[in-house]
Parts: sequence; C-alpha cells; structure tokens
Amino acid sequence: MSEHDEIDRVSGRSTTGHEWDGIKELNTPLPRWWVLTFYATIIWAIGYWVVYPAWPLVSGYTTGLFQYSTRASVVTDLADLEKLRGEKMAVLGNASLADIEKDPALLALARARGKTVFADNCAPCHGSGGAGAKGYPNLNDDDWLWGGSLDQIMQTIQFGARSGHAKTHEGQMLAFGRDGVLKKDEIVTVANYVRSLSGLSTAPKFDAAAGKKIFTENCTSCHGDNGKGNQEVGAPDLTDKIWLYGSDEDTLVETITNGRAGVMPAWVGRLDPVTVKALAVYVHSLGGGK
Amino acid sequence: MNKPVSPDELITDEDGPLYAPRKKVFPQSVSGRFRSIKWRLMIVCLGVYYFLPFVRWHRGLGAPNQAVLIDFPNSRFYFFFIELWPQEVYYFTGLLVLAALTLFLMNALGGRIWCGYLCPQTVWTDLFYAVERLVEGDRRAQIKADAGPMTVKRAGRRLLKHAIWLVIAWWTGGAWVLYFADAPTLVHDLATFQAPAVAYIWIAALTASTYLLAGHMREQVCVYMCPWPRIQAALTDEWALNVTYKYDRGEPRCSVKKAFDIRSLGEKAGDCIDCNQCVAVCPTGIDIRDGAQLGCIQCGLCIDACDAVMTKVSRKTGLIGYDNDINVQRRVAGKQEIFKPVRARTVVYASLITIVCAVMLYALMSRTLLDVNVLHDRNPIAVRLSDGEIRNGYTIRFLNKRGFDRVIAIDVDGPADAKLHVIGADSVTPDRPMIVIGRDTTTELRVLVTAPFDEKAEKSVPVTFRVTDIGLGEVASATDHFVLP
Repeated sequence: MSEHDEIDRVSGRSTTGHEWDGIKELNTPLPRWWVLTFYATIIWAIGYWVVYPAWPLVSGYTTGLFQYSTRASVVTDLADLEKLRGEKMAVLGNASLADIEKDPALLALARARGKTVFADNCAPCHGSGGAGAKGYPNLNDDDWLWGGSLDQIMQTIQFGARSGHAKTHEGQMLAFGRDGVLKKDEIVTVANYVRSLSGLSTAPKFDAAAGKKIFTENCTSCHGDNGKGNQEVGAPDLTDKIWLYGSDEDTLVETITNGRAGVMPAWVGRLDPVTVKALAVYVHSLGGGK
Repeated sequence: MNKPVSPDELITDEDGPLYAPRKKVFPQSVSGRFRSIKWRLMIVCLGVYYFLPFVRWHRGLGAPNQAVLIDFPNSRFYFFFIELWPQEVYYFTGLLVLAALTLFLMNALGGRIWCGYLCPQTVWTDLFYAVERLVEGDRRAQIKADAGPMTVKRAGRRLLKHAIWLVIAWWTGGAWVLYFADAPTLVHDLATFQAPAVAYIWIAALTASTYLLAGHMREQVCVYMCPWPRIQAALTDEWALNVTYKYDRGEPRCSVKKAFDIRSLGEKAGDCIDCNQCVAVCPTGIDIRDGAQLGCIQCGLCIDACDAVMTKVSRKTGLIGYDNDINVQRRVAGKQEIFKPVRARTVVYASLITIVCAVMLYALMSRTLLDVNVLHDRNPIAVRLSDGEIRNGYTIRFLNKRGFDRVIAIDVDGPADAKLHVIGADSVTPDRPMIVIGRDTTTELRVLVTAPFDEKAEKSVPVTFRVTDIGLGEVASATDHFVLP
C-alpha cells in the first residue's frame, strides 16, 4: 500500500487510494477483534464440516464424524416414546375392561389414551367428539348396531364391520328395490310402515295392513317381529328415535331400494391390544355405553 | 460548508473519557445509634434469609413440612399455614402492590429508609465492608495499603478477604435454592453431590452475583443501576424527612479554635469543624454537606460520625440528622421547627395499605378449599338418545385444597327431570353420585345430564352442578348450560 500512503489532512489517516470525484476513501481497517472473530468462525466452520453432515455428494452426503442425523433421531425418539408409553400403559394391559372402568385412576388413564387415539384414527369418520355423521354412527348415544357393552365395543374396534377380516361383523341391508324383490309402491308402503313404528307421521293414503304384511315377509328376519333390530347382524332398531341415514320417506325408500352396508375397518394389527382396550373404554365412557 | 481543519486543531477524544472513573471508597468504621440499628436489622434480615428454609411446619402426612417452600414440581407455594395453588398467584400481585405502597410511605416519612437499612444491596455490601475492615484494617490502613506497593502480606490479606466474601456469597446462593426443596435433604444432597444440576447452577449464579454486587460494584449499583433513587426523587415532597446536613447551624465551617475566637467576639460561628468524618464513614463516598443527592442512600452513618465529633467538641449533637429544608429555612427565619408526618400523602398511602391488606386478608380468609369447574362438551353439543331424551356431556374438574381425601356428592339443578350420570361413579352410588377426591389435588370426571325432550322448552337452560363434601358439609358449585339439539 506504499503507493497510496497519502495521509488525509483532516483525519490524519492514510487513504486507500480510491478516489471518486475528488473524494478519497480513508483506510479504516476492521478492528482486530472483528478480524480474529471472523477467522475463528472459519475455523469453527471447518470443524463443523468434519463432525456434522455438511457437503452433498453425488449419491448421499458427508455424514460427519458424529454420525448425527435428525431423521435417525426421530426414529429413536419415537421408539423411546413407544417404550415409555408401553410402560405407562402396562397397567391397562393387565386389567380387565370392567376393572378399568371401576378404578378412577385406570379410567382416567384409559380415557386420556383413548381420546388421543380416537382423534388420530376414528375422528375422520365418527367426528372429533364421536358425534358421527350420516352413515357413521354417533358413539355418544345409546343406540348400538353391534352392541354397546365394553366387550362388544372392543370386538367391533378390533375386527370392524364388513371389513373383510375373518372375525368381522357380517350382515347387510339388502337392496330390495335394485334386486327386484319389492316394487316401487311396495317400498313406499313399507317405508311408511317403518316410520309408523317409531311414531313418525305417515303418508295420507298409507295402507298400514299392507305395510305390515310386506315388513313381516321381508324385514323381520333381520329387524325382528317388532322392528327392534338384531345386533347379531347389525340390523338397527327401527322403533327408536335414532336414524343412521335419516328417517324421512325419501331416505328410507333409498335405503330399502339400494340397501346399506357401511364399513368399519378392523383395527387389530394396526393398533396394539392395550391401545384398543383404552379406545374401547373411551368410547364406552362417551355416554352411550351399556 | 465544512472548512478543512488542520490536524493540529482537531478535537479528539482526549477531552476525557465518556465515563467517570470510579472513586475508591474506604468507609471508616463508626459506632452510634444508627450503626447499631443497622447491625440489628442486618442480623434480622440475614438471619431470616439464611435460616428460614430450615424452619419446620407440620402439615400432616404426605405434605412437605417446610415452613416456607416454593414447590415447583408440584406447583405449590407453602408459607406457614398458607398453601397456594398456581391459580392463586394473584396474591403475589397484592403483595407487590403492598410492597410498593410501603416503600412510598417509608419514603414520604423518612426518605430512603429502604435504601439505607433494608435493601439487600445495602445489607450485603455492609457485611462485605465489615469483612473488609476486619481483614484489611480500617479506612486509614486501607488507603495506605492501596497507595503503597503490593506486598506478600497485603496479597495474603486480600486473598483472605476475597475468600471470606466468596464463602458468604456461596452461602447466600446456597440459601436461595433451599427455598425450592426440602432444605435438610437438599443440604445433604448438595454435600454428597447428588443434588440436581440446576441447584448447583443457581448457587453458582447467585454466588457470582452476590460476590460481584456486594464485593465489587457496591455503591455503583445504587448510583448507576438502581431505578429507585430516580423514582424516589420524583415521589418525595418537601415534608419528607431526609438525612440532612443542617447548614443553617453548620456554616460557616471553621476549626474549633477559630470558632472559639469568633464566638468570644460574640459573632456566629458554624458548628461544622470540617473534620470530614461524615465523608470518611460514608459507604457511597459522598459529602452529605453538599445537600440531598442521588448517591446518598440515607443510611444515617454520617449522623453517628458527626454526633460523636460534636460530643467531643462539646457542641449539641444533631448537626446532621433527619430533617428537611422547610425546617432549615424556618430556623434561619427564627421560627419553630415543624414536622408533619400526618399529611395528605402519608394518609393516602396508609389508607391504601390498609385497604390492600384488608382485601388480601378477606381473599385469603374466604378462599375456597373445595372448588369445581365445568366444561360443556364441544362436540357433540347435545345427543339424542334412542327413547328421544336429550343428553349433554360435561367435563368436571374438582379441586380439593385440603390435606386429606374427601368424599363428595354431586347434585345437579337444571332442566326438569334431569338425571345425572357420572362415568365411573354411579355403579357404586346410583342415587346420588359420590366420588373420593384425593388430598391436595384435582380430579377430572365425565358427567352426563339427561332430560326428556320438550319441544317447547328453551334451546338452552342453565344447569348447576353442586358438589358437597359429605364429611365437612362444604359446598361448591359451577354453572353451565344444557342445550337442545
């Protein structure tokens, strides 16, 4: 820099030799501490490259001496969580369903676990609070297609309904109209009859005797003589106030014409036994459990 | 336009540094009324701080038996007979308000009483000064040693001083952590290196801060760091008593002999003999004769020093004393001194303190030891049952703040013919659901209320859950709504 060793008259500092329109740049070197810090960061960066994953390669990357990997730590973290949870939930595995409901501490534990599992796995169909939707049963009420005792609920969660699992609940509403078993006017008549079973209003020219006849011939094998349903085959009670698909005439005609066969998947194998147990207790405690 | 300046005319930083250099303070030992008050207050303050964690208070089985304990893991605060839960932390707001008002009242009555006698910074600095004088000698010896070269003997003394300081600082940090766990157990764990790391970290941090603040920064904390002197100056009024040099009596300063001469001529001589003792004993190194100032923490030590000198020269004591400018002016004018401790300001502060105390006391006396909160199910809001009845689900949380388990019954007032169903409780007691709630804890329950459907009924009616302690008869209730679909 000797050729630029001009001293600025005002500041008494040397200049860099750069000049724009008569304005000369003063040579103001970086503070020593700044430069040293900068060098230190470079050394640090090199160290970082050596010990941590840093450079992309053609297939893969430099893994670094520490072998650190966020993906691997997620796997171990999840495994640790499962282990911790397994320890906490072991008490549930050892207790019977009835015992869990009787013991406040176990009940609270099962409900807490059941609630999160429900939100992850069941809520998409049954709703976040188990309120259900058209075709998806409300789990808060006391009307159960496949039974509402603790054991029955657990059975349904494990193997599902029409899920294809060997132990699944079977039975379906036939398509009386589509398969040509009943004619259109017969379907309307029996739909009105079904409405009358639970005290709902019927069409003005409805023939109750004809309706009863059609019902007895076609429906009682599953729904029972009184229309009270049959949980063995998942046939709903037609005399109560709860309707899975709807109670208006059009919906009933649609149901009788095309049949119904809602599917509940089997959760055995997807959820561990203790979790299924907790889930059964949770669903049972929603309020409708028998 | 700027004119070019020749390098010789440049203004540089050499005008002086931006910060005033610290004047070393070597306060001289002193004895007297205020010194003994300060010793006693120091013993009380430090005694409370260092030994309070070891005071025991029996609370029954399973509860901690430490009188004062901040139990973070279990989120409880224990203070003798009081046990606070996290949601009752607003009591501390009351305490803070009370502390502020008391500070204001003290200030209105006697100036910086807090600064001079009670502030931890003052108390610990005072202790550290005492240690310093014990090890390195009094003011004179210290000044002499400071001016002279470093000798082995001096280095040894200095080392000893810092060692004692560090021990005090370490004990200070150690006492702090004892408030957060069972003290005897923690002492044992600390000694055997089994205590949690956080305990050691806190001890280290507080050892460092005590050593630094009381040993090295001292009066600089009061002068540069503390906000209170600034606020204090804005809050004070002309009637507040402050440590004051009564210049009406002291001026003009002259030696004892000269004063004698002047007085023998029948003229007025000042009582101040300019002995500088008030400056020598001052822990913040100021001259009180310059009048009220930021650096004066009003510890009263200059009063003791001056009184001692005044006694020696056979003059009336109290040349420096708790006084205010109004009285100085009145004395100059030949009027009687007046003191007005009772004035609007002090009355307002005192009344506010009384009110806050009363409110806090009432809040404390009337706090419920059984409480219940209710939360309505969000989804579904209402459920229709197969027989047409309507059901609402609620989550209820009970709070049992007593130190023993209790049996409570739950009743519901709400829609007509409402039935109550408590998940997990009704199998035992179907008529009136009862549950046991554990001591000093909360319990959550799922509760269902079922009522016949009435089309003409309102869409939403209030529902009240009443819980009754079967043994004690304590009642608590919470209200929510019963909603139709």
